Amino acid sequence: MQNIWFIMKREFNGYFATPVAYVFIIIFLLLAGFSTFFVGNFFERGEADLYPFFSMHPWLYVLLIPAISMRLWSEERKTGSIELLMTLPISVFEAVLGKFLAAWAFTGLALLLSFPLWITVNYLGDPDNGVILAGYVGSLLMAGGFLAIGGCISALTKNQVIAFVLSLVVSLIFVLSGYGIVLDFFSGWAPKALVEAISSFSFLTHFDAISKGVIDMRDVFYFVSLIAIWLFANAIVVNSRKAD
Amino acid sequence: MTLRIEIDNLAKHFGEIKAVDGVSFSVRKGEVLGFLGPNGAGKSTTMKMLTGFLTPTYGTARLCGFDVLQNPIEVKKNMGYLPEGAPAYAEMTPDSFLRFIADIRGLSGADKLRAVASAAERARIKQVMFQPIETLSKGYKRRVGLAQAILHNPPVLVLDEPTDGLDPNQKHEVRNLINEMAEDKAIIISTHILEEVHAICTRALVIANGKIKVDGTPTELEAMSRYYNAVSVKVVGVESEKVMALLNGLDKVSETELLPLDAGCRAYPVSGQAMVAELSQAIRSQGWEIATLHVEQGHLDEVFRNVTTDQAMQGAA
Ligand SMILES: Nc1ncnc2c1ncn2[C@@H]1O[C@H](COP(=O)(O)OP(=O)(O)OP(=O)(O)O)[C@@H](O)[C@H]1O
Ligand SMILES: [Mg+2]
Repeated sequence: MQNIWFIMKREFNGYFATPVAYVFIIIFLLLAGFSTFFVGNFFERGEADLYPFFSMHPWLYVLLIPAISMRLWSEERKTGSIELLMTLPISVFEAVLGKFLAAWAFTGLALLLSFPLWITVNYLGDPDNGVILAGYVGSLLMAGGFLAIGGCISALTKNQVIAFVLSLVVSLIFVLSGYGIVLDFFSGWAPKALVEAISSFSFLTHFDAISKGVIDMRDVFYFVSLIAIWLFANAIVVNSRKAD
Repeated sequence: MTLRIEIDNLAKHFGEIKAVDGVSFSVRKGEVLGFLGPNGAGKSTTMKMLTGFLTPTYGTARLCGFDVLQNPIEVKKNMGYLPEGAPAYAEMTPDSFLRFIADIRGLSGADKLRAVASAAERARIKQVMFQPIETLSKGYKRRVGLAQAILHNPPVLVLDEPTDGLDPNQKHEVRNLINEMAEDKAIIISTHILEEVHAICTRALVIANGKIKVDGTPTELEAMSRYYNAVSVKVVGVESEKVMALLNGLDKVSETELLPLDAGCRAYPVSGQAMVAELSQAIRSQGWEIATLHVEQGHLDEVFRNVTTDQAMQGAA
């Protein structure tokens, strides 16, 4: 168990050894701010909440999280350091979990740094801070889902660009499957049960409720089990492809 | 338990390529096994299986009694491994890298600091401890990898080309280090530098095309050379052709050859036996005066070539 912490710590510090971490955080905050004010009509809505901010997160994450997750395993495989890591007395699960937690903590940090927005709404009005907290929790859970998908995909290839593009596509599928237009397309001909099944797989469906302040255990369970499944797949992929 | 490494009919096939094709050997405490063989012979692949990185196609390996397939974590605890090319985390400094390794190796507090300092000292990397690994020269990177492997003072060391890219002084230092550690460890090193066999190995194993060709002590390997116990001699004021005629008459001499640059001649023994005494006596009994005389060592490069090239295999068949 301690090994997970050591791996996480090493990995997390690794983000800050290069400018990548700072660039990511700045871009995340800029895009989050921009989309909140211009796309989400933060002011025009005249409501004191962060819904415009959170509603943009699925799209932000589709674009940005693959940039974090792509290096999780691709880089290890490319530089050969995976041989060092996997011949240390640790299990594959400890390595997978440690790396995932580091990436998750890093994303959490970026999310946390959006606090000026929270201060702004509290300054301008009288928001329900419980709803905002739920939004943050939901957003973090969703980020974990994207990271778990991206991490598993990055173990499939030594090429970070391929890892990025593949993760983006798969993430997009997980988001779009709950998007109105896509569901309308299916509901025209597919049976209702199938449409519901597709929609129930979407991050949007589960995130939307949480971001409005309703923490339903089924939504939490969805994200947690999705993360668990992808991490499990990640471990299998690492085991079978580490030496290729 | 003196048998620290036991490799039993180990094989790794990559599709059609039989990288390692059923090798068996063991290494006991106190032994330094030199792993020789041409490029692509299967040295690194064997090491990767022994250290639990690659799963064998068949066969298995045991390290300190633990089976690498059934008990990989115990195997990894008991060994230090320097993978080929000494991979490390490029953005870290040797100091933070070695601390990370120490954490994983279960060292903490004063033990951790002591282990890091001692490994840095022994691998001679103290002066670069706070410089990112990616900015280090090739030789220093290798030494960081070596420090990582010896950090927890493991009973078994597996070193894939530890002296590759080191300057002559550093090669010497690393060989001294290995000699120092040899007594209470079992060590496997792969190398392309044949002098290393004599300098550090108690045993050498030559592999080619995934199969073991020779397994013996350095001296046994040398004895396979046609030069082993050959004698080069030059006699004052006598033509070398006359000397050769005399030597060819001796029972223990199989053949003779004229050396270039008026350096005299060389006599090869029948099946590698020592013959210098008989030879010098024969020359003196003619009333000739010997100018130079020396007994050849076996040439390892020749043995290596013979056992690893195709002609040799056909010859042996
Ligand atoms: N992942 C892999 N996929 C396919 N073939 C491989 C793989 N790894 C190694 N091989 C092949 O296995 C053979 C043995 O390789 P190995 O690296 O063990 O050789 P080596 O003895 O260490 O050589 P060198 O002296 O060049 O380091 C080579 O033919 C190599 O191409
Ligand atoms: Mg090799």
